[in-house]
Amino acid sequence: MLRYLTGRLLRAVLTIFLVITFAFFVLHLSGDPAMMILSADAPPESVKAFRAAWGLDRPLWIQYLAYVWNALHGDLGNSMRDGRPAVQLVLERVPATLAITVPAFLLKLVIGIPAGIYAALHRNSAADRLTMMVSVAGFTVPSFVLALVLVLVFSVQLGWLPSAGSDRPTSAILPIVTLGIAGAAILARFTRSAMLEVLGQPYIRAASAKGLQWRTVVVRHALPNAAIPTTTIVGFMVGTLIAGAVVVESVFAWPGIGRLLVSSVSNRDLAVVQVILLLVAATMVTANIVVDVVYGWLDPRLRRGGARGR
Amino acid sequence: MTALLEVSNLARTYDVRRGRWPFARLATLHAVDGVSFELPAGRTLGLVGESGCGKTTTAKLVLGLLPASGGEVRVGGEALPAAHSPHWRALRRRMQMVYQDPLGALDRRLSVGRQVMEPLVIHGAGSTAERRDKALAMLDAVGLAQHHFDRFPHELSGGQRQRIVLARALILDPQLLVCDEPISALDVSIQAQVVNLLLALQQKLGLAYLFISHDLRMVRQVSHEVAVMYLGRIVEQGDPDRLFATPAHPYTQALVSAIPTHGRARKRRIVLPGEPPNPVDRPAGCAFHPRCPHAVERCRIETPALRLLADGRRAACHLAEQIA
Amino acid sequence: MDVKGGVRRFFEASPPLTLLALAWIAFMVIVAFGADFLAPYSFTALDLRARLHPPVFMGGKWAHALGSDELGRDVLSRLVMSIRLSLLIAFFGTMIAAAFGTAMGFVAAHFRGKVEAVILMLIDFQASMPFLIIALAVLAFFGNNLVLFVMLMGLNSWERYARIARGLTLSANEQGYAAAVRQLGASNLRVYGLHVLPNIASTLIVSMTITFPETILLESGLSFLGLGVQPPLTSLGNMVGYGREYLTRAPWIMLSPAAVIVLSTLSISIVGDWLRDRLDPTLR
Repeated sequence: MLRYLTGRLLRAVLTIFLVITFAFFVLHLSGDPAMMILSADAPPESVKAFRAAWGLDRPLWIQYLAYVWNALHGDLGNSMRDGRPAVQLVLERVPATLAITVPAFLLKLVIGIPAGIYAALHRNSAADRLTMMVSVAGFTVPSFVLALVLVLVFSVQLGWLPSAGSDRPTSAILPIVTLGIAGAAILARFTRSAMLEVLGQPYIRAASAKGLQWRTVVVRHALPNAAIPTTTIVGFMVGTLIAGAVVVESVFAWPGIGRLLVSSVSNRDLAVVQVILLLVAATMVTANIVVDVVYGWLDPRLRRGGARGR
Repeated sequence: MTALLEVSNLARTYDVRRGRWPFARLATLHAVDGVSFELPAGRTLGLVGESGCGKTTTAKLVLGLLPASGGEVRVGGEALPAAHSPHWRALRRRMQMVYQDPLGALDRRLSVGRQVMEPLVIHGAGSTAERRDKALAMLDAVGLAQHHFDRFPHELSGGQRQRIVLARALILDPQLLVCDEPISALDVSIQAQVVNLLLALQQKLGLAYLFISHDLRMVRQVSHEVAVMYLGRIVEQGDPDRLFATPAHPYTQALVSAIPTHGRARKRRIVLPGEPPNPVDRPAGCAFHPRCPHAVERCRIETPALRLLADGRRAACHLAEQIA
Repeated sequence: MDVKGGVRRFFEASPPLTLLALAWIAFMVIVAFGADFLAPYSFTALDLRARLHPPVFMGGKWAHALGSDELGRDVLSRLVMSIRLSLLIAFFGTMIAAAFGTAMGFVAAHFRGKVEAVILMLIDFQASMPFLIIALAVLAFFGNNLVLFVMLMGLNSWERYARIARGLTLSANEQGYAAAVRQLGASNLRVYGLHVLPNIASTLIVSMTITFPETILLESGLSFLGLGVQPPLTSLGNMVGYGREYLTRAPWIMLSPAAVIVLSTLSISIVGDWLRDRLDPTLR
C-alpha cells in the first residue's frame, strides 16, 4: 500500500509539473503579451519597458527556469490587468466558490445516494422510474439551462429568490440547488447501477438464502460493496469543488473562481488563468489520491500488499 | 543439398524489470537460448515441451515475426530478412503459419472466401476470377464444401475453422508450415481428423511442418524428428520412436512417463518436484538440475551441451549414457 | 463505468421512444441542411418595428412564429441557423476526436514502449482534468476563431477513442486476426485499415453517440459564456446566453434554443443506447 501510494504521489507531482510546463509554453507560444495588453500601436519604448518589466526579453529557457523557480515558491506572477499577485487574486475567490460547491456537494450526497439505493432496492417501481427519468434529465440538460429555468420559475414568476448576485444569504440557494440537482442525478444513477451489480452477485443470494434478514443482507453485505465503485465518482466530485461551478457562477453572477476564470479568459489575463489551471490540477490530483486511499481502506483485497495492477 | 530450414544457435532475450519500481534492477529473460535444428523439405519436426519453454517464441523467430537476439535462421539457404520488410513479405509465400485458436486468427467480419483469397490479394497473384477458383479448389483440398465460401467463421465448427486457416495458409503454395499447437483448442474427436488432413496434405503437396505441441502422442504420430525443449533450450532431439521408447534425458523421461497409457500395467510415472523455474532465474549449470532425480554435483556447475549419442540422437545431459 | 446503463434500462420497455428520438434527429439534420430555405428571414436582419414580439403560442403573430428579439431579429431564423452551426461543430468535433483518438490508439498499440507510455500519460492527464477548464485555458492562450474552436471540441473526447482503439488493437495484435493477417505479409495500411478498423468500428460508433451530446453540451456551454462561437455567427449556446439578458421580458428567446439542446442530446443518448444494444454487446 505504501509503495503504491509513493508511486501515485510521484505521478501526481509529475502531472502538476506537466501542467506548469504546459502553461508556460502555451503562454509563450500564444503571442506577445505586450502587444495584447498594450494596444498594437503603442510606442516602441513603452513596449520595450513592458517587456523588461515582465522579463520577456530574456532567452526562453531562462524564462522557463525562472518561472518554475518562482512557481515552486508560490509566486506565479502578477495579474497583467491590475498588477496584484495572481495567486492572491485567485485565493480571494476560493471561499465564495466553496460557499456554493460544498453545500451543493452535500446536497448531491444526501439526495443522490439514498435515491440510487432506494431505486435499486425497488427496481422497476414507480419511484425507480421517476429517479431514472430525473437522472436522464440530469445528464442531458446543460447546467445553464437548468439554472435559467430555475430563475424563470423561482425569481421571475414566483419572486421568492434573487436571480443573481451575492448580497443576500438567499442568493446562494439557486446556485446550490442547480449544482446539487445535476450532481445528484448523476450520483443516483451511479449508485443505482453499483447496487444492482452487487445485488446480482451470488454472495448476496447466498447470504439471504442462509436465512439472514433482507435488511441485514443489504446493510452488511450490499452497501459496503456498492460503496467501492461509488467512491470513484464521489472522489471526482470532490475534485470539481474548485472548478465545477464555472457556468453556474457565471449565470448567477456569483463572485467565485469560475467567474474569475471566465473574465480572465475574455480579458486574456494569462497569469490568473495559469494559477486557476494549477489550482484545479492540484485539486483533481489530490482528490484522486484520496480516492485511492479510501479505495484501499474499503477494499480488503487492496489492504495488504497493494499488488493490484491498475 | 541444404535443408529447407536451417536454424543455428537461435536466441531471443527480453529485458525485464524486477518489481514495479521505475528504477528496479533490470534482468535478462532468455526465452530461447541457443536453439539449432534443420528441417528438410517435405519432413516434419516436432517441438515439444511445457508451456513457457520457448516453443512459440521459436516459431515466431523462425517466421521472422520477432527479431532474434542472436543466431540465424536460413530459409532455402538465404538468411531471414528483417521483419515486415518487402523481402520478408515476399518470403511469406514460402512459409506460413497455423494458429492454436482458429476463431481468433480469422477476421470475424469477412466471409470465408474473402479470407482464403486474401493472401493472393496481398501478394497480387492472379485475377479476381482466378483467385476465386483457387480459393474454391483450396477449400476442397482441406475438406470444405463450395457453399462454405460465403459463410462466416462464427457459423462454422472449430474443426472447420481450422481448415479455413489451413486453406488460407496453403493458398500461396508454401513449402513450410509452422503449426503452433494446431489441434489443442479442438475437440478430441476433431483432433484426429485435422491431424490426418495435415498428413495427407504433406503427402500431396510436399510440405515441411514445424509442428509445435505439448501433446506427445500427436507429435510422435506426425513427426519425422522430435526436439524436446526445456527453458529455452533443446534438451533432447532425435527419431520419435526411439526418443519416446527410451528417452535419454531425465526431462524427456518424465514427459514420456506422463503419457496416459491403456491396456497393460502402467509404467511408473515420474513426478517432477516443483514448477519449471522462472526463465529469469535460470539455474546455474544444467537448468533442469533442481528438479532432476539423477542430478549430481557436476550438473550444478557445468551446463551440458547437446551432444550426439551412440544411437544417433542428441541429448543435453551429462549422465545420458547411464540413465538411458 | 455504466454511466448510461440507466438510460437503457429506463427505456428498454418503450422502443417507440427510440423512433421518436430518431425522428427528432432526422428532423434536426433536415433543418441543418435546409437552413437557408427554412429560415423565413436572414438571421441577422434587424426589424426595429418588430422588437420583442412574443411567439405564436404566447399570443404572437405568425410573422415571427417563435417571436423576435430585442433587435427585432426573427428567433425562428436564428434558431435554424444556430442548429446548423451547433450540429456542424459537434459533428466535426466528434469526427476529429474519433479520427485523432483512434489514430493515437493505433500508434500506441503498434509501437508500444516509450511511444505508448507517452500516449497513456496524455490519456491519464486528459481524463483527470475537467475538459471545460482545459478548453477555457486554451481559449485564453490562443484567442478564439471558429477553426480553433472546432479543433478544441475535437480534443474533448479523443482519449476515449484512443483507449478503445489501443485496447482492441492490442488484443487483435496479440494472438488474433491482426497478427495472422500481418503474418500473411499484409502492409500496416491493410492490417489497420481493412481489418482492425472495420472490426472496432461498431464500438467506435457507439462511443460517438456518447461524445456527440457531450460535444454539443460543451460547445453550447462555452458559447453561452461568450467564449465559444462569436457573433455575428450564432449557435444554440449563444442564443441562450443572449436570451438570458431578456429572461424577464422575453423568455422565448432563450427557451426555444434550450429546448432544442435538451431534446437533441436526449435523442442522441437514446439512439446511442439502442445502437449499443444492437451493435456492441461488449460495451454493456
